[in-house]
Amino acid sequence: MLVLPAILIVLALAIYPLVYSLWLAFHQWDLQTPGHPFVGLDNFSGALGDDRVWVALKNTGVIVTVGIFFEFIVGLGLALLLVDTVHIRRILLPIVMLPVTMVPIVVGLTWRMMWDNQYGVVNALLRIPFGNDLNIVWLGQTRTAIIAMIVTQVWQWTPFMFLIMLAALSSVNPDLYEASALDGAGWGRQLLDITLPAIRPIIVVAVLFRALDAFKIFDLVYMFTQGGPGTSTETISWYIYQVGFKFFRMGYAAAVSYLVLILLSILATLYVAAFVRGREA
Amino acid sequence: MSVVSVEEEIQAEAPSVLRRPDGSRMVRRSRPWLTALRMLVLIAAAIFFLLPVVWMVLTSFKLPGEYMHRPPIWIPENPVLNHYRMAFDDKGRIALTNSIVVATSATVLSLLVGTLAAYSISRLGTGGKHLSVWVLSQRMMPPVVVIVPLFLMLRDVGRINASFGLDTRFALIAIYTAFNLPFIVWMMRSYFDGVPIELEESAMVDGCTRLGVFWRIALPLALPGLIATGTFAFIFSWTEFLFAVVLTRTEAFTLPVAIAGYTGSQGSNYGQASALAVVATLPVFVLSLLVQRHFVRGLTLGAVRG
Repeated sequence: MLVLPAILIVLALAIYPLVYSLWLAFHQWDLQTPGHPFVGLDNFSGALGDDRVWVALKNTGVIVTVGIFFEFIVGLGLALLLVDTVHIRRILLPIVMLPVTMVPIVVGLTWRMMWDNQYGVVNALLRIPFGNDLNIVWLGQTRTAIIAMIVTQVWQWTPFMFLIMLAALSSVNPDLYEASALDGAGWGRQLLDITLPAIRPIIVVAVLFRALDAFKIFDLVYMFTQGGPGTSTETISWYIYQVGFKFFRMGYAAAVSYLVLILLSILATLYVAAFVRGREA
Repeated sequence: MSVVSVEEEIQAEAPSVLRRPDGSRMVRRSRPWLTALRMLVLIAAAIFFLLPVVWMVLTSFKLPGEYMHRPPIWIPENPVLNHYRMAFDDKGRIALTNSIVVATSATVLSLLVGTLAAYSISRLGTGGKHLSVWVLSQRMMPPVVVIVPLFLMLRDVGRINASFGLDTRFALIAIYTAFNLPFIVWMMRSYFDGVPIELEESAMVDGCTRLGVFWRIALPLALPGLIATGTFAFIFSWTEFLFAVVLTRTEAFTLPVAIAGYTGSQGSNYGQASALAVVATLPVFVLSLLVQRHFVRGLTLGAVRG
């Protein structure tokens, strides 16, 4: 009885849209075609042969993997360095919580100003060593735009990794370090043999959550480049949004969405199978 | 999702003094170069994470001549409040009202519905087995996947009754409630699981009803968890952009949509955008500091307890 309201809300606003979306995926729903004729698997085969889908998936993949790599390294590094301190942590915690809680659009706005080629802070800082002529149009070039996006992501989400790694490190049993120190183990040995194995399950969870969230990246694309130049910063969320609300091809957008869902399910299952189940077996 | 073992949980919940006895780690702490390195890293990290935010805050007090200047001017010579005043005269006030109404209503509604469901799952075991699958699959699904069907549904609803369709607060509240629910049910169940069942049993022996037990015993004991969970739900609703930008136009737009509206390829009003951005950032930051202790737990769906 008590779960009924929750079930009703989820049925209406989560399950039904997914079913509706499945129906859309098998129909041609756009502004040119009158009615919504059934087209079978056409939308799906079209999506599989659509270069922009693959480019968007590639861009998303690069942003997710490179971003999380740095978030993890920096986050873990900071946590290792500060886990034994009390005062320094207390100063840093509120500071690092600021990016995590910021509205992504505000992060986009702030960093858009930072990356500005004329008036931005990034170029101003780079001009100190490289001279006054330096003028990198960060958000206007194919390669630098995606770098800017990754750096901004790393800025916002490294604190996420740091906070989680800090919690993980504080939960490692100190007796283990004491015992291994008596056995003559150095800092590096302890890191590899005690710390990392002990916090491995938490690393697995943190990386999974970050990856799932990073895959959805949309707001930064909206604020930075709107997918450009060309399609060089188009992510999968951005492309689906374009297909649906710029080209008004709702059926096709639904089909791409379903392919993304299938891909994500496969990736998540493989990840869980590799890192979670493998540990318990 | 019981990634963290029980012992680790107990340790993590214990006060930090107990966690760090003077063992081998004490030896490391006494090295002066390490202290110096830590201070250095602390300063570097603080600058890196604060600098952009400082820039945004300062920009909100600058006129275009100052924020569009090379080299950058950090401290405005004559700080102005224009941007705040204009932001609140204009679309900003509508956006702020919308954001407050939408985020608060969605939080309250989803807490109400979600807490009841969580209690039921925790105590009576209704459908508890499918809960984790549900929560994780929703966490996995990119919101863009349901944006097209939701848009079409709301368009149809709007034709029947315009006050529930596109560009209404109601639509956003309903969607955010649905998207908050899995998280709330999941977190609240873990908090309810921590409430000793013996307390409730004895109350029921004394003639308390199930709902009475929920209201008088379980809920007050799980209150810190409820507040933390509610804060996270609020943050989600407050910061959400994709649904807001697609499903609203001139009436129900929220702060993120208004902020994004100040920037464009034809030139941006960074002063006003920054003023609104400061307004959008402050309440969430203050809230998150209040629930700092529960922060990591919320970020990781309870898998890690900081």
